Amino acid sequence: MSEIPVPVRPKSRLRIALESDVFFSFRRSPVAVASAVVVLILVLSAVFAPLIATSNPFDPASLNLMNGFTPPMQPNAFTGETFLLGTDDQGRDVYSTILYGMRISLFVGAAAVAFAMVLGITLGLISGYVGGWTETIIMRTADVQLTFPSILVAMLIFGIAKGVTPVEYRDQMAIWVLILAIGLSDWVQFARVVRGATLVEKNKEYVQAARLIGRTPGAIMLRHILPNVLSPVLVIATISLALAIIAEATLSFLGVGAPPTQPSLGTLIRIGQGFLFSGEWWILFFPAVTLLALALSVNLLGDWLRDALNPRLR
Amino acid sequence: MKKTFALSLAAALMATTVPLSAETLRWARSGDALTLDPHAQNEGPTHTVRHQMYEPLIIRDVTGAFEPALATDWAPSTDDPNVWVFNLREGVTFHDGSAFTAEDVVFSFERAKQPNSDMKELIGSITEVRAVDDYTIEIVTDGPNPILPSNLTNLFIMDKDWTEANDTVNVQDFEGGEITFATTNANGTGPYVLQSREPDVKTVMTRNDNYWGIDQFPMQVTEIVYTPIQNAATRVAALLSGEVDFLQDMPVQDLDRVNNADGLVVKQAPQNRVIFFGMNQGADDIEADNIDGKNPLADVKVRKAMSMAINRDAIRQVVMRGQSQPAGMIAPPFVNGWTADMDAESSTDIEGAKALLAEAGYADGFSIRLDCPNDRYVNDEAICQAAVGMLGQIGVTVNLDAKPKAQHFPLITDGKTDFYMLGWGVPTYDSEYIFNFLVHGRESDIGTWNGTGFDNDDLDAKIKSLASNTDLDARNADIAAIWRVVQDEALYIPIHHQVLNWGMAEKVGIEVDPEDQPKVKYFTMN
Repeated sequence: MSEIPVPVRPKSRLRIALESDVFFSFRRSPVAVASAVVVLILVLSAVFAPLIATSNPFDPASLNLMNGFTPPMQPNAFTGETFLLGTDDQGRDVYSTILYGMRISLFVGAAAVAFAMVLGITLGLISGYVGGWTETIIMRTADVQLTFPSILVAMLIFGIAKGVTPVEYRDQMAIWVLILAIGLSDWVQFARVVRGATLVEKNKEYVQAARLIGRTPGAIMLRHILPNVLSPVLVIATISLALAIIAEATLSFLGVGAPPTQPSLGTLIRIGQGFLFSGEWWILFFPAVTLLALALSVNLLGDWLRDALNPRLR
Repeated sequence: MKKTFALSLAAALMATTVPLSAETLRWARSGDALTLDPHAQNEGPTHTVRHQMYEPLIIRDVTGAFEPALATDWAPSTDDPNVWVFNLREGVTFHDGSAFTAEDVVFSFERAKQPNSDMKELIGSITEVRAVDDYTIEIVTDGPNPILPSNLTNLFIMDKDWTEANDTVNVQDFEGGEITFATTNANGTGPYVLQSREPDVKTVMTRNDNYWGIDQFPMQVTEIVYTPIQNAATRVAALLSGEVDFLQDMPVQDLDRVNNADGLVVKQAPQNRVIFFGMNQGADDIEADNIDGKNPLADVKVRKAMSMAINRDAIRQVVMRGQSQPAGMIAPPFVNGWTADMDAESSTDIEGAKALLAEAGYADGFSIRLDCPNDRYVNDEAICQAAVGMLGQIGVTVNLDAKPKAQHFPLITDGKTDFYMLGWGVPTYDSEYIFNFLVHGRESDIGTWNGTGFDNDDLDAKIKSLASNTDLDARNADIAAIWRVVQDEALYIPIHHQVLNWGMAEKVGIEVDPEDQPKVKYFTMN
């Protein structure tokens, strides 16, 4: 009987992450930690909105119009009800509406970035790896689109989509159209970065080796090149997330985004700005502060990530 | 180089020095005129802009009384009870210099009777307009029509030669999206001349110094700059910052703010306008709902239940901040035929409404789309949103589709909406006008704004007979009977009568007109 060798326990993934350079730099950056905490709180409260909100503002039947324009922490003159952050013009509790509205903002932002990322990476990989006419067509299209401000492109796409969807489905479709519009206006950056990195990677030896053993171009792009070009993509994705949240708020503010019966943060700000002169500041103020906190902290996280992943700054 | 700069600076300074007598009225409201074609759209703001450039035979002054415009006097003919005789003003010229004669009046009435015209309901009883001589016309009706003059206060007179020369004899097909020369150009006899027009952006008019009434009216405004500003906060900001002098469609939340601002005033009056919802009861099945094979709105119980779900007091207190009066019928109190009893017939009763819905077989409710304008009436979109919540309480799920009036109104006149908001002002001050447009079954020349699909032949005959009924007591009895049917059918869901607020700089002198139709020739600027 031979002795059973004691297996060396491999380090767990968490352990690897905690010992990594990136995490070290994260712990060293108070801005990054603070931003991450803010983002975490906001995301968690959006996810668990049905549990922590006091009412469901998306259910019009539950609203009492007489509660309209109640100031924060003061009882309503007619109904006597009190609301933490006051109510808007329809009697919706601003606190609950922010939670539910943030769900829309975050979901649209994340989904739009995911969509832009998939589209941009695919087109970037193909144009970088294949080259020739394919590259020319894809990248010139990207250049043309880059000459238009992305909010304009998003509005154009939104307008066309609104024109072709039947009116009955418009409200349900609005969110998906927003995602499509913001995603399509945002893929160019991903494509350009990925193409650039692919051009560098594709001549390296490991790619040539993979080609020699007969791997297909698709497999080479996905399994060999992609993992090596991902880190700049992560940075762009984080910053894009902040931009996408703002783009959604902008579109909704302009009245072309989320429907008024299902307000996102931008819709709330649009409603609130009508009451700035008359003194009902809370309808605009709280959603605006939430949007500011969300966009700013995601942006700061993106900034930190860019520095952390940049070998020259290490 | 330096010299040229100094010179151009001096030139610029001189250009900005305006002679003292010039007074520009910068005027803003929420939406623009839909078109300038005088007969294409019978809509308040559209008429208001036209009134500065075009004139009808008769206008209403600030108090609502008749005032001679292109006609100097008028009376029923002594020979034939079916004829009205109008004497026209002499020496009037159109903006292009051509003379105004009876020929132009005959032409304009014929034009207003064309199929595309939106004014045809007003002159449906007219069978012929003939020119007796250059300055006398006779209007023949298909029976004695005692209230004919009140139907003519928005019927503008165009120049026959100008219209023919510019190939715009046919009334613009507004619903079809047609654009003609008359849509963006104007040649009237009115006190102001169109200088430039960018639809939805800016319209500039200057004083017509050849106007026949230049000595009779203040006419102190030499230039009008009219800008639609859809956003309520932006609109008020423009008034507060002095960018505009005169504001219609004052947001109700900002009345105090404007009143307390230095140099600004808000003037207020009850408006001759009622706001209501229309429901398509005529179709066998409607597109906008989730019920297949039948139309819930066809059942009067459903319509009554929906009306009972609306809490008009809450809308008045919260959405309108007191600037409205809850309505029970779709006639403003100014109108002959309005009664306080019928206007009090609306009530809120959620449980009763639910019971009615259940009786009609919709205990689980249904869903429906509500079409709503967002730049026409005071807080129109907010009222619709409030209605969404209130109808939700009885199980009717409403999908709100709010859009600018230029897209909203064609839905009603084309019959493409099943549940919609509409407001109606009554320039004739008589119920017949309401019946002709909103109650009579829809035909090519009558009932054109009746989007309900309601069509009752007996009632239609009664409505048609109103025009020629000279026995006022019998006529009023008929009007009351027609209203009874409208009320019992719950043809419309009345919401409220609007209160009108105009915000203005103190130097602007004008009183609020219940029709919300400022005529700049009455304005003083001191």
